[in-house]
Amino acid sequence: MIEILEKAAIQNGLVTAFAVVGLIILLSGQISRRLTFGRVHGSAIAIVIGLALAYWGGTQTGGHKGLADMTLFGGIGLMGGAMLRDFAIVATAFEVQATEARKAGLVGVVSLLLGTVLPFIVGAAIAWSFGYSDAVSMTTIGAGAVTYIVGPVTGAAIGASPDVMALSIATGLVKAIIVMVGTPIAARFLGLKTPRSAMVFGGLAGTVSGVSAGLAATDRKLVPYGALVATFHTGLGCLLGPSLLFFATKALVG
Amino acid sequence: MIIFGTALLAVCHLLGIFLGDLLGQALGVKTNVGGVGIAMLLLIFARLYMQRRDMLPKLTELGVEYWGAMYIPVVVAMAAQQDMVSALRGGPVALLSAIAAVAVCACVIAVINRTERPQAQTELAPTLHDNPLLADAE
Repeated sequence: MIEILEKAAIQNGLVTAFAVVGLIILLSGQISRRLTFGRVHGSAIAIVIGLALAYWGGTQTGGHKGLADMTLFGGIGLMGGAMLRDFAIVATAFEVQATEARKAGLVGVVSLLLGTVLPFIVGAAIAWSFGYSDAVSMTTIGAGAVTYIVGPVTGAAIGASPDVMALSIATGLVKAIIVMVGTPIAARFLGLKTPRSAMVFGGLAGTVSGVSAGLAATDRKLVPYGALVATFHTGLGCLLGPSLLFFATKALVG
Repeated sequence: MIIFGTALLAVCHLLGIFLGDLLGQALGVKTNVGGVGIAMLLLIFARLYMQRRDMLPKLTELGVEYWGAMYIPVVVAMAAQQDMVSALRGGPVALLSAIAAVAVCACVIAVINRTERPQAQTELAPTLHDNPLLADAE
């Protein structure tokens, strides 16, 4: 019996994922209503449950894809993978008010640039204070503080060592997780209320996964505005990291 | 037909990714530059164009809006496949640089958003979305 059920679930991975995620969201909605009296958004709880399951999956299998590495939950990998994630993000653009997006165009570009340069400086400075004082390591770890894709792309381009690359990816992952969990908590401090503020957030907070999950847990209506800017974040970082930022770091530390 | 909406979304998605790859190649980077962002802009323009020409029946819209409403579940699935173990194993350098980077950016976000004139908000309230699939999610 159990084997037949398991076989059905594994063979229909994506369908299983829909059921599992539906269950998580149902559960988090109940937790939000009963335990926090609606103060903590259901989506925020669902994302935290997702991250906790990812940790559990990671310790069980030793893989790098959280729950998706377990055969029973392989469909989660497809459902939450880059393809469907980007498909759903693009779909949210259908609700964008073009006039709002245009009004915030310039401030979006400025925050995008700040969102690349500031985390880079902070990351590189902390790397330096921990003894990673060569320009290549500082640049790679600094780039990791931009997003976890910019880090390894930059590191590969300028020839960083594997342990520095791993550190750089870890930095980006921790950042994405902090943004996912922290955004709903800090929403009032950040002033996240309007489309313009969401675009500023998208540019500065970086990482599509962090921004999209953080905004989803704060206010679903702000998602497309933040995501619209954030999707340029990785491209800009990969552009500036191995070039301008690397040369600037090299000029500073020799 | 509901598939027309989903197909429109798919065409915008593919075209955006394609243009993003072209842009990345033109700039000499090994990655897609803003492909999803370009796809979003294409979808916004497609909607405006088709709405003006009355080519967008409700059923077609639903084909897009369904996927927009599936966004949060997809994000939850995405959270469930993060590499939490290596993120937590990164040690103090990863932890400190991530926290410091987020803190600095949060302060800058707060400062920039405080400069926004508050009157803008009151105008905004009614212009959000008309997606019936989302009424529940809020």
